[in-house]
Amino acid sequence: MKYLDEYRDGDIAAKLVERIRRVQTRPWVIMEVCGGQTHSIVKNGIDHLLPKGIELVHGPGCPVCVTPLEMIDKAHAIARCPDVIFGSFGDMLRVPGSDGDLFSIKSQGGDVRVVYSPLDCLKIAKANPDKQVVFFAIGFETTAPANAMLAWQARQMGLKNVSLLVSHVLVPPAIEAVLSSPQNRVQGFLGPGHVCAVVGYTEYEPLAARFHVPIVVTGFEPLDILEGVLMLVEQLEQGRAEVENQYSRVLDRAGNRPAQELIAKVFEVSDRKWRGVGMIPQSGFRLREEFRELDAEARFSVEAIDTMEPEVCIAGEILQGIKKPHDCPAFGTECTPQRPLGATMVSAEGACAAYYAYGRHLKDADLVTLGNGR
Amino acid sequence: MCLAIPGKVVEIRSQEGLQMARVQFGGVTRDACLDYVPETQIGDYVLVHVGFAISRVDEEEARRTYEALAELDQLGELEIPEIEESRRSGA
Ligand code: SF4
Repeated sequence: MKYLDEYRDGDIAAKLVERIRRVQTRPWVIMEVCGGQTHSIVKNGIDHLLPKGIELVHGPGCPVCVTPLEMIDKAHAIARCPDVIFGSFGDMLRVPGSDGDLFSIKSQGGDVRVVYSPLDCLKIAKANPDKQVVFFAIGFETTAPANAMLAWQARQMGLKNVSLLVSHVLVPPAIEAVLSSPQNRVQGFLGPGHVCAVVGYTEYEPLAARFHVPIVVTGFEPLDILEGVLMLVEQLEQGRAEVENQYSRVLDRAGNRPAQELIAKVFEVSDRKWRGVGMIPQSGFRLREEFRELDAEARFSVEAIDTMEPEVCIAGEILQGIKKPHDCPAFGTECTPQRPLGATMVSAEGACAAYYAYGRHLKDADLVTLGNGR
Repeated sequence: MCLAIPGKVVEIRSQEGLQMARVQFGGVTRDACLDYVPETQIGDYVLVHVGFAISRVDEEEARRTYEALAELDQLGELEIPEIEESRRSGA
């Protein structure tokens, strides 16, 4: 059991699709919250496999996509400083700010380094005592334990040259924002499995009850997603609105206690701006008072630069499930992964990039010649 | 970004006050911090995200879920869906 191949079995997938078809009597709109799920759905063509009438819309769960433009600009301002080593997850390198991306700063001589783990910054800081090491601490709840550990260890080790540029966001307030929108069409959610592996899913229960919307915490493999959809359709057809766990091999209701404890020691909940969506109250983390000395924003006094999104970009509406990538006039023409206009085209988990990567920008005729099938 | 991959713990050591492991993912082996899953033993599968194990994969549960899905076979024999054919020709 390797937990990967088994959950990609095509025969079982076909059975699940058939099951969904039998249970379903009406059309339903389902949102997958997490960008990793979006990627898996588009890559495996799951949205095309589902019976007609089950529509999947793509949610706001891509931290790279929702990191606000001024935060990207702050990162760039810091990364340009001569004595700074700027550490980042690889996904952030090509995210366009108002003036270029981290790649271009690197090519202009900035010391920008892609790290595998936030802990790599500790090694870099020890090896470069005369440099300031700044880590771009972005992510959802899934990444918070790793980023919290960097802050914790930096303090334990007494490293004075480490700081964090924190842009952390939380899933439940984003779901609430989607559901509260007057344009909302979403009737059920595939919940984010890895976020819930960390924080559990107790916070989702009041949301399900208040908005009378079922939420099924779901994994990322094709069979996980299809089973999650089946569980949702069953609930929807029966008029239930419960939180259920499809991903029981990885998580339980309570989540990971030791991780939650360290997160609570290092971070506190704060208001956050989401790229394309705007301010969502109490929707992210910032460093607690006790760790504020590690706050790169204060250490480098980076002022917010006024920034404008390209007008054509509708990433905000895509992230809220209101529109799809091909509704954007720039999709696949002016805006491609090589020259992205908006963040949903940059990250592999952004809906625009996922659609582009799997040929959704091509006309059917092109696809036939490609032999790609969809 | 929230990608997390299951891998097998092949070695555990302590380093700078942290529990670190070598974790095997298919042919690749990488380091992962085990502080959030302290009860992990060599041979266990853990789910790793940006160098941190965030969960232990419950083998029994994984097998149960998979077998339950595989059993859909028996439940699915009522009719052979014509829809599948049309989908397959498109795929
Ligand atoms: S295709 Fe490009 S411009 Fe259009 S919404 Fe997506 S990211 Fe924005």
